Amino acid sequence: MRGYSHGRWLFLPGPEIARNHPIRELLDKRVVFVTGKGGVGKTTVSVALGLKAAAEGKRVIVCEVASQENASRIFDHAEVGFHEVEMEENLWSISIDPDESMREYVLLQLKVRAMRDMLFRSKIFTYLAAATPGLKELVTIGKIWELAQLDRKVKSGRKYDLVIVDAPATGHGIGFLQTPRTFAAIARVGPIHSQAKQLDRLITDHEHTGTAIVALPEEMPVNETAALEHDLRTEVGVAVDRVYMNALYPERFSKEEAAKLEQLAAAEDGTLAAAAGAAVSEHGRARSQRAQLARLRRRVETPVKTLPFLFEPEIGVEGARELSKRLG
Amino acid sequence: MPSVDEILDGKDVCICAGSGGVGKTTTSAAIALGMAARGLKVCVLTIDPAKRLADSLGLKELGNEATQVDSKLFEAQGVEIKGELWAMMLDAKATFDELVARHAEDEESRDRVLENRIYQQISSALAGSQEYMAMEKLFELHSEGRFDLLVLDTPPTRNALDFLDAPKRLTQFIEGKSLRVFMKPTGLAAKVAGRGASVALSVMKRIVGFDLIADLAEFFNAFSGMVDGFQARAKRVNSLLGDPHTSFLVVCGPQGEPIDEAVYFHRKLVEAKLPFGGVIVNKVHYAAERLRDGDGRLPALLEEKLADGDLAQRVSSNFEDYQALAERDARNIERLAGELRSKVVIRVPYLDEDVHDLAGLAEIDRHLFAA
Repeated sequence: MRGYSHGRWLFLPGPEIARNHPIRELLDKRVVFVTGKGGVGKTTVSVALGLKAAAEGKRVIVCEVASQENASRIFDHAEVGFHEVEMEENLWSISIDPDESMREYVLLQLKVRAMRDMLFRSKIFTYLAAATPGLKELVTIGKIWELAQLDRKVKSGRKYDLVIVDAPATGHGIGFLQTPRTFAAIARVGPIHSQAKQLDRLITDHEHTGTAIVALPEEMPVNETAALEHDLRTEVGVAVDRVYMNALYPERFSKEEAAKLEQLAAAEDGTLAAAAGAAVSEHGRARSQRAQLARLRRRVETPVKTLPFLFEPEIGVEGARELSKRLG
Repeated sequence: MPSVDEILDGKDVCICAGSGGVGKTTTSAAIALGMAARGLKVCVLTIDPAKRLADSLGLKELGNEATQVDSKLFEAQGVEIKGELWAMMLDAKATFDELVARHAEDEESRDRVLENRIYQQISSALAGSQEYMAMEKLFELHSEGRFDLLVLDTPPTRNALDFLDAPKRLTQFIEGKSLRVFMKPTGLAAKVAGRGASVALSVMKRIVGFDLIADLAEFFNAFSGMVDGFQARAKRVNSLLGDPHTSFLVVCGPQGEPIDEAVYFHRKLVEAKLPFGGVIVNKVHYAAERLRDGDGRLPALLEEKLADGDLAQRVSSNFEDYQALAERDARNIERLAGELRSKVVIRVPYLDEDVHDLAGLAEIDRHLFAA
């Protein structure tokens, strides 16, 4: 793809990215960040997006950050670590460990072997790498971009059409995507400064980079999603392509049916009352969720797609596949 | 079932820990409310950037100062607050600034730190600084002795260790032992430190850019007078966490993953010799009694009563869906209790209404503080 060829610096595209193309569909982008508050189903949605793109014939990699292994767990696969491991046809997964990314970065930067060895043995280096604010996030984003390149810098690196990032939860989320800009501000000159600036340009490149926010149909998650969308658009400047309202209950009962069932629940006892009561509760929840959905749609600019609640004890790869058909 | 007031009897600090999205903020607020209703002067602290605590307590804005919640607000919910309920939304940066002001030798060195760009970054962005500042504020309020009980809603961390290690990581950064000697280019230490170190430093300069190194040097110089104060303080903060009057409550959800995390967190607390109080499992589905001969006849029975075969079928399958979730929850909680070898597992049922207001908090309290 144009724009991801040889650059002067590692991970970086050439300067010729066309910025005025019409916005592509989410899965036609190169990198998609899946974000949202904790516990909303970011990993499941990331994997579902990956499955959908893979089913369309794209070569996809789903990235976990900060050494998380949530995606491999969905596939019921052994931990993948800092390796690109194939989960299914056309679908790979990696867990980005910042220390490994830093090591890889240095290996690619320094051609003199003795110098590298000295550096890795040095306490100062370990200290600086650990202590420099935002460096871990920066090298993580750097690795994401390395994965997104058609001309991989890593030896025998596979080419991917799409890189999906299961981003850290909100709170950390905006900070994560803002790291390159923050870093460019601290390191005023030098290679890191220019690389951080380039990474920021790539994150905010609406043609190649997108974000999807995952939300839940509850009062506070809706408020937080609206705030997150606003911050991502205005503070970070990324393209927000989709909001997924996750875990929406089906509307199984009409208002009239619910009234009838309420009477039944009151008149009976035991299992019959419990079954009728469960239906009444479900009806109430489904309705309040629809109200939250309407509220979210009023509060965000991004198109909101809904995903159903899966009545499964644990969401595995089949659950994610089910969702992948409904991503819109 | 154990009750939160039994666990917190005689405690003056309650730390609610757990991964994100499990209802930690709401639970913290509900615990504080319940204890205030029982006559204590309670303050709940949160560092959540999403301002959820303010939402939960019906407050518009929370500053870095404790604000008293109007007891009248709860009267309408049938909750009488015999004590006092206070709330504070932590501003990590402001707390860090206060800490610097306290430890600085004079105004000039304080300003040098406050204006340093590395400081400005770490005080708001360094991983662990939010967590540490939450504990710092907790410690400060505890020292003042204004409250009978402090409830801390911990920031959402990626894992338990992030929170527990925060003071150590931050003080190590500020100490910068391995680094400071090399910051002075003419220092004797730099000369004797050997070639490896100087090469490392020059390579780092090349990668990172000279300015960053210079800023770091300035940062450590400005901070050098405060290191001892910070270390001593961090030690005292740590001892407050391990105090027998402190209690850690782990908050989680009933699904497999949150339960695994709660088990892991419990293990880490025990390893770190921190006082574990119990686990609160939120949003638990309860199983209903099944028909004596199984639920196979349920659709037929329902149809008889409802005179609507299609509706009976839907009611029945809805019931089965919830029963399956209830069975999962029961299995997971049993596993949790087994791992913990303790009965201190408090369950809060999955309520019909999503909890985001005072009525919701009062409802949760009916389960946390079972009679």
